Formats: sequence, structure tokens, C-alpha cells
Amino acid sequence: MALLEVKALEAQYGWTKVLHGISFDVEEGGITTILGANGAGKTTTLRAVCGMVKTRGEVRFDGRSIAGRATEDLVRLGIAHVPEGRGTFVSLSVEENLRLGAYARRGGSSFAEDLATAYRYFPVLAERRRQLAGTLSGGEQQMLAVARGLMLHPRLLLLDEPSLGLAPLVVREIFRIVRTINQEQRVSVLLVEQNAAIALRLADRAYLMETGRMVMSGSAAELREHDTVRRAYLGY
Amino acid sequence: MDIFIQQVVSGLATGGIYGSVALALVMIYEATDIVNFAQGQMAVVSTYLAWSLLNAGTPYWAAFVAVLAISFVGGLLLERVVIRPVEGAPVLTVVIVCIGLLVILNSVIGWIYSYVQKPFPSPFPDRPIRVGNIYFGAHDIGALTITIVVLIALYAFFRFTTLGLAMRAAAQNPVSSRLCGIRIGWMLAIGWGLASLIGAVAGMMVAPIVTLDPNMMAGILIYAFASATLGGFTSPGGAVLGGLIVGVVENLVGTYVRFIGTELKLTVALAVILIVLLVRPSGLFGRAAVHRV
Repeated sequence: MALLEVKALEAQYGWTKVLHGISFDVEEGGITTILGANGAGKTTTLRAVCGMVKTRGEVRFDGRSIAGRATEDLVRLGIAHVPEGRGTFVSLSVEENLRLGAYARRGGSSFAEDLATAYRYFPVLAERRRQLAGTLSGGEQQMLAVARGLMLHPRLLLLDEPSLGLAPLVVREIFRIVRTINQEQRVSVLLVEQNAAIALRLADRAYLMETGRMVMSGSAAELREHDTVRRAYLGY
Repeated sequence: MDIFIQQVVSGLATGGIYGSVALALVMIYEATDIVNFAQGQMAVVSTYLAWSLLNAGTPYWAAFVAVLAISFVGGLLLERVVIRPVEGAPVLTVVIVCIGLLVILNSVIGWIYSYVQKPFPSPFPDRPIRVGNIYFGAHDIGALTITIVVLIALYAFFRFTTLGLAMRAAAQNPVSSRLCGIRIGWMLAIGWGLASLIGAVAGMMVAPIVTLDPNMMAGILIYAFASATLGGFTSPGGAVLGGLIVGVVENLVGTYVRFIGTELKLTVALAVILIVLLVRPSGLFGRAAVHRV
């Protein structure tokens, strides 16, 4: 069964409709990616799932309808959203950022254990634990954002363009860690990306989005082989 | 020299009170961009409540703690009931709501207790404390101690507790905070509760000095504005330090500059506001306001 099911989801900012009834699923334990150009509505899709914009349509998480519920409550269900722009608390320390990630978590292992796990995935954060998060590099802040999401013990991790503005080597490092987290922590991932090449290497299912509509879906391998995707998004 | 030291200590005592009220202003301003003009009047309400409890024969420290608790809850409810509906409204709307709150609280207090000044007891002995040849007012020393204890407790709360951390996060980055599951509305309400609690301490500490009347905090609020402006409206520590500086300067100027004396002391506060705004608008420790356009 799909962990997240979205059907005929519409969203708008003021009078401007941004999502025109999209449908997609995120399989439990898998990595699903939504590809698309700038302005296709990828970020809005994640925001809609998290109750950060007004929506119509159906959103089900673990079989339960969550459409219209407050963001804070969805966090408590185990949906961690790593937002566009990383959402760093710049004038708090790295460790305080991670403490906030664990704010809404219930039960499970102790905070210290989780912190150790986060530092194992991202050793650079351990070195910088006392530093203000605003002094980190872009790549480190992205790692911090993923680690912050992880502190929730999420069942679903939403990643909004983790590659944005980062050097290719750093991007590859982050994606490698996301895959490890997905496998070790059994966290399902919904990744939204402009960088189709790297997203399709990581994901097992993929959707292609254009101007607020889903225009294609299939396994990551299928989309990688598809002529349109290759020419328009992979560039060969 | 003895007079100088006495005046400095006495200035620190009142300065601590200015600093506390300034801190209350800054806390609310940092979290919501609202300058709470009713802050002083809320403190007056708390102080009258203390007066009633004391008159009913409650021991001082029991009344003190009870007033802090009631003030906290009261501030929290005020935010939920009065401020919440205008959240996100234009600045002017919020300012007018705060001023309206000030006027209403002032009138209600005047109506219940009358505008006649009332003596308010100090929990500290009347006899001055003697150190060498210098005498210090026991209330000055006591008020300063209480203020410092409250400030340290607040610092520890914000620095070391999860709730304090969540409140700082909510003030700094509301969107990210919600994504961490923090309920922003409650954080703001708790902020108002704490500000109201700090005001209550300031009110009870200043009332024995200036005597209790419904307009007691009007002057203090102006000193608090001067303190917050001097320290920087975006810096809690700066606001407290600003308060201490304003308190000491005000006392020294009142003592040594003959034509100012006690009558023109308040002018010092206004001069501080004016000079800071002209020379360094963001204050000593504040960040310059940056807006994306």
C-alpha cells in the first residue's frame, strides 16, 4: 500500500491556480521523485501535502485523510519537510537546530542516541555542533536541514530541491546519505528536483510535472529511457 | 565620592526596573513586531492586584508569587483574546489596539481603586545597609537583586529548556518552526505571559519608590523605551543593559547637573531616545532592520 496517496489535488495562491488536480503515490519504504522545470509547481506540491497552502482534493497518509490539517499536526504524524531554502535557524547553534527537529517527536529512542545517529550520517555537523547555523556553508546547511528532518523519526521525508545552489560533489554526497537513510531507517522519501539526472539515479519511482499537471509517471528507469525526458531534462 | 557610589547603586536599582520593562517590550517586539504600549499598564494592574492581596493580609512573598502566576496567565489570555484577532493586521491597527488596551486598563483600575496615590510596601527593611562609610537603601539593593534573579531565570529558561528554544525559534523563523511542529500561536501567547510576569515584578519593585497610582508606569514606560532604544530593540541583553545605563545616567545627571534636578529627569530619557535614533538607530547591540523589497 502507498504511504502517501494524492488524488486530484488542486492548490492556488490568491486567484492563481498552481496545481490543476495532480495525483501521485509514494510507496512505503521507497524513494519517489517529482521532476520538473522551475515553476512547474513542485514546491507547491510539497507545501500542499504539508497543509501550508489552501488546497482541494484528496491527500491520504497511511490510509488516513490528512487534507486540510494543520502543518504542526502533520509533523506529529511523522511527515518531515525539508523546505526549499533549507529553513535553517541561522542564529541558533547546529545542535539547537537539531533539538528543534526532535521537538514534535514522540517516544522512541533518546535524543542523545538520535543526535549520535545524525552525526554519524553527517560527521561535519558534529564538528560544527556549537557553531551558529548561519555560519555553515550552503552544503552544510542542506545537510543540517536533512538531519533536522531525520530527528523527527519521520515515516515520510519530503525533500525540496536539496541540490539547489550546491557543488556537484556536495550534491552527490547528500544524495548518497539520503539513500543510506532510506535503507537504514526505513524512511520513505518524496524528492522534488530540477536536477533530473541525479534524482532519477536515486529514486525508484518518478513523476514528471509541467505547469501544475503530472504529464508522465513510471519507474525511474522508464523515465530515464524516455525520449522526451532525455532530451528536455537530461540533455542527451 | 560616597554620594557618587550611592547614586550609581540607586541608579542601578531603578535601571534594573527600566531594563526589565524594556526586556518585556523587546521580547514581544522580537516575536511579533508589536510594540506593546500597554506593557506598563499591564504591570500597574498586577501591582494593584498585589496591593489588594497584601491588604487582605497575605504575606508579602506569597502575594508576590501569586501575582506572578496570575500575571502570566493574564498576559497569555490577553494575547489569545485581544491580540490574536489582529495578528497580521497593519501596524497601525495593532498600535491602536495596544493603546486601547492601555486606556481601558487605566480606566478600569482608576474606577476600582480611584486615582488617589497609595503607599505600597517594600519587602525589604527600612534601615539602610552600611558598607564602610556608604549607606545603601535596602530596597534599592533588594530590588536590584530580585531583578537580577528574574533575569537570570529568564536567561536560563530561554537558553536551556526546550520550550524556551522553541520560543526563540518561533520568533526567528515561524515557517521552519511550524515544520518542526512548534505551535507558533502558543509560543506568542507564552511570550505575552512572560512579558506580563516581568512587568509585574517591575511594578512591585518600583511601587514602593514612586507610590502606587493608576499612572505609575507611564513614566517608567518612557524610560523603558529609552532603554530598549539604547540597547537595541532587537537585543534582549542590550535592553537590560540599556536600562541600567539609563538608570545610572538619569540619577547622576539629576544629582550633579543642578538645573535638571528631579523635575527634569524624564527629559533625560527622551534625550537618550532622540540621540540614539539620530546617531545609531539600531541601538548599541541591535541589528539594523533589513527589508526585502
